[in-house]
Amino acid sequence: MPQLLLEIFSEEIPARMQAGAARDLERMARERLAEAGFLPEALKTFAGPRRLTLVVEGLPAAQGDRREEVKGPRVSAPPQALEGFLRKTGLTQDQLVERDGIYVAVVETQGRATTQIVAEMVEQIVRGFSWPKSMTWGRGKLRWVRPIQRILCVFDREIVPFAIDGIESGDQSEGHRFMGSGEPFRARDFDDYRAGLLAHFVVLDVEERKARILEGAKTLCFARNLELVADDGLLDEVAGLAEWPTPVLGDMDPAFLDLPAEVIRTSMRTHQKYFAVRDPATGGLAPHFITIANIAAADGGAVIAAGNAKVLSARLSDARFFWDEDNLSGNFDGWLEKLNGVTFHAKLGTMAQRVARIAALAREIAPLVGADRDQAEKAARLAKADLASQMVGEFPELQGLMGGYYARAAGLDDAVADAIRDHYKPQGPGDAVPTAPLSVAVALADKLDTLVGFFAIDEKPTGSRDPYALRRAALGVIRIVLENGLRLSLAQFADAELIAFFADRLKVTLKDQGKRHDLVDAVFALGDDDLVRIVARVEALDGFLKTEDGANLLAGYKRAANILKAEEKKGALPTGAPTDLTGAPAEETALLAALRAVEPRLAAALAAEDFTGAMRELAALRGPVDAFFEKVLVNADVAAERDNRLRLLAAVRDAMGQVADFALVAG
Amino acid sequence: MPSAKPKSFQSLILTLHDYWSAQGCVILQPHDVEVGAGTLHPATVLRALGPKPWNAAYVQPSRRPGDGRYGENPNRLQHYYQYQVILKPNPPNMQALYLGSLEAIGLDLRLHDIRFVEDDWENPTVGAWGLGWEVWCDGMEVSQYTYFQQVGGLDVFPVAGELTYGLERLAMYVFGVDNVYDLPFNDPDAPLGHLTYGDVFLENERQHSEANFHGYDVAVLKSQFEDMERQVPLMLARQYQGKALVLPAYDMVLKASHLFNLMNARGAIAVAERASYIGRIRDLCKLCASEWVAQQEDAA
Repeated sequence: MPQLLLEIFSEEIPARMQAGAARDLERMARERLAEAGFLPEALKTFAGPRRLTLVVEGLPAAQGDRREEVKGPRVSAPPQALEGFLRKTGLTQDQLVERDGIYVAVVETQGRATTQIVAEMVEQIVRGFSWPKSMTWGRGKLRWVRPIQRILCVFDREIVPFAIDGIESGDQSEGHRFMGSGEPFRARDFDDYRAGLLAHFVVLDVEERKARILEGAKTLCFARNLELVADDGLLDEVAGLAEWPTPVLGDMDPAFLDLPAEVIRTSMRTHQKYFAVRDPATGGLAPHFITIANIAAADGGAVIAAGNAKVLSARLSDARFFWDEDNLSGNFDGWLEKLNGVTFHAKLGTMAQRVARIAALAREIAPLVGADRDQAEKAARLAKADLASQMVGEFPELQGLMGGYYARAAGLDDAVADAIRDHYKPQGPGDAVPTAPLSVAVALADKLDTLVGFFAIDEKPTGSRDPYALRRAALGVIRIVLENGLRLSLAQFADAELIAFFADRLKVTLKDQGKRHDLVDAVFALGDDDLVRIVARVEALDGFLKTEDGANLLAGYKRAANILKAEEKKGALPTGAPTDLTGAPAEETALLAALRAVEPRLAAALAAEDFTGAMRELAALRGPVDAFFEKVLVNADVAAERDNRLRLLAAVRDAMGQVADFALVAG
Repeated sequence: MPSAKPKSFQSLILTLHDYWSAQGCVILQPHDVEVGAGTLHPATVLRALGPKPWNAAYVQPSRRPGDGRYGENPNRLQHYYQYQVILKPNPPNMQALYLGSLEAIGLDLRLHDIRFVEDDWENPTVGAWGLGWEVWCDGMEVSQYTYFQQVGGLDVFPVAGELTYGLERLAMYVFGVDNVYDLPFNDPDAPLGHLTYGDVFLENERQHSEANFHGYDVAVLKSQFEDMERQVPLMLARQYQGKALVLPAYDMVLKASHLFNLMNARGAIAVAERASYIGRIRDLCKLCASEWVAQQEDAA
């Protein structure tokens, strides 16, 4: 079956937008083709620095014919209704069929040629494409990410003729800007096209470009006994910057190696998009870099390597300048002074005010996490100083890390320097949490101040909007607390609304670990705000409900709770403890005895925070509860009997309620 | 057109002049008001607006008071040159024309790695933005390439394409010089004698650096800024032959902008005030831009 090939050839498309554009093109093409009634055998898109390409296999030459019946007005309806229907369908009265007293129009549409549908589809796609940023050019009105230069569109080896805002479709494409012939080439199908591109030094598929980069870079490294420092984000980016990606190894002045490795790597990556390489013997950076050129130069890349080395030298000289300036003594005081002039948020004051809040908070948290109050306050006071340093001004992603280096150089305690370095952690789900007590105190203070502050000014996350990354901050607190087993009460630092936000985040975390969110609700309902205890309860509850005793006891609980609720509607429930009534059925007496035996042991287990033990105690109630419901009628005619049984059920409910609010457990 | 590769800073400029002149650009001289970037020349900011075609190229001295390093940094200057090209409407082969200019100054495009890397330009003080790239040659940014979308808060139609070459940096690359002050200013074999960039500008950098960081009286700068700010509406209120004096008014905006840069270098502008100063300049610029467009449309 015939094949469709479309290429929109433009000036350089930003690397970060290419993958999304390929996905959007695929989605839009699928939708349009489906609307036209086509089900292609295969559909694939490609994106690169100068082109978006679509290839569709197995389209018919034309749509099938369609026959459609449209119901019109009743035959008895006034003539205006009939006139309106004729206008709508474009038919005359004698072409209508009469069926069951209703006019019916039979509209037959001839299937249209695929080329016609494709021409319309391409125009809709081009005009409706949604780039993160788009522009107009020249005297045109069309919007695209950068000016479109040509559009290739062939179906079944023939040009699909159309023009969009003056750009006429054709069967020509262009190869590499510098390595190609400089002349356009023709392609009438995908094989032509792919071969033409290759002959003109263009690798169409981004995955092939990536493979080429990795393979080339590793070969260069191997020859010099070096190791590539992997960087997937950078790989994605450079694969979008070159049509004929060609790794080139360049040299770096080894004198720069005394700069922190993070500084060198950040400078290479952000400014120059270079890969770093390391010496496998030491594990440290080697004085080289790999740049991904867009050309296989006649001299093997010697000029390119030399030019890039020079640029890197200038960049690292700047970094060296920042490093030296930042390391001058007395800088911390000057930086802290500068933070007075930096607004954190219009409603939350300056960065200096924020630092004062964090320092006070860190002092408060310190004893709870085993850190020294004075040390914690000191580390917190210095934690944000590097924001005013030159290096962080240039590379914001090095915040914290640089502060740690500068603190160590200034002769501060290692624990303080570590706390400054690590206080932003964890920065994402894959990032480790700090474990040193001082680091923990400052990291918690930093996040709690953020959360409390933004909640106070009503800047809470909504839907997908979370501009201040409050979800990440809350998750950070949760992970630090749980992974370090920290015992603290959130209510000391957060109001009810913020605690509810933590509960929400905790649910997400536990859900990711396979825990049911209703269990988290059931435990949170107890009003506990100690995350470690909450999780221990949830885990014990989860385990208990998976046992047969647990599942049955839950059913018993629900039955008891329902009876109590129904009775409550009729009037106040009897108060007081159940008693051992003479003449009571054996099952009632047995349940009461079991309850009396369980209560003190349950209390002891809970006091010892042995939640698995507490669940085990509850399990002892399962048999007596089941037997009670089977044999005993709660709603006895004698009021005293009825009241005692209700007291007994309430006592069972309350005992279980100390462990979790079982009413919130699903099932 | 010189057939040989340029040998000096000045012949690099002459080569670019010849090249763009041959494409049909008018070759202008620098605007005689201090500006922070070649874009601010009225030949770009104002001429980008309105319906009339306009193709021009010029060198513009650019003043960045805060970038002064007393002549001690091999790359940073508080006074340097930008080569500016504006093509309106942008021709469809503008990228090819640009690459032709690189070849004209002696770059072999089969030996170097030329890349168009996303860089969306904006200048908040003149309410302007556009999409384009920074152009890299072997990892070094040699030009800024922008399709203007808005200037002075107004849509640009037809779209103007703008090229900005950092001349010193480009020359350092072409001539393989590591220190800007070592650049050959004229031909090293010139019969009347050879001068370097340092011979011409080193003392200028030293004195202006000191003036920028410590010399200017902040109170005077502030009052001059406010004077310029007052002048703009006065100029726009005054008419000659039925037209408001938008060109002189725009000069006042440029002066205000430079005075702001000087105050900034003196450390006289608190972080919180910065945005408000920029907003004041932008508002003045928008007044000029709207008036300019109105005059263009009346004339068209």
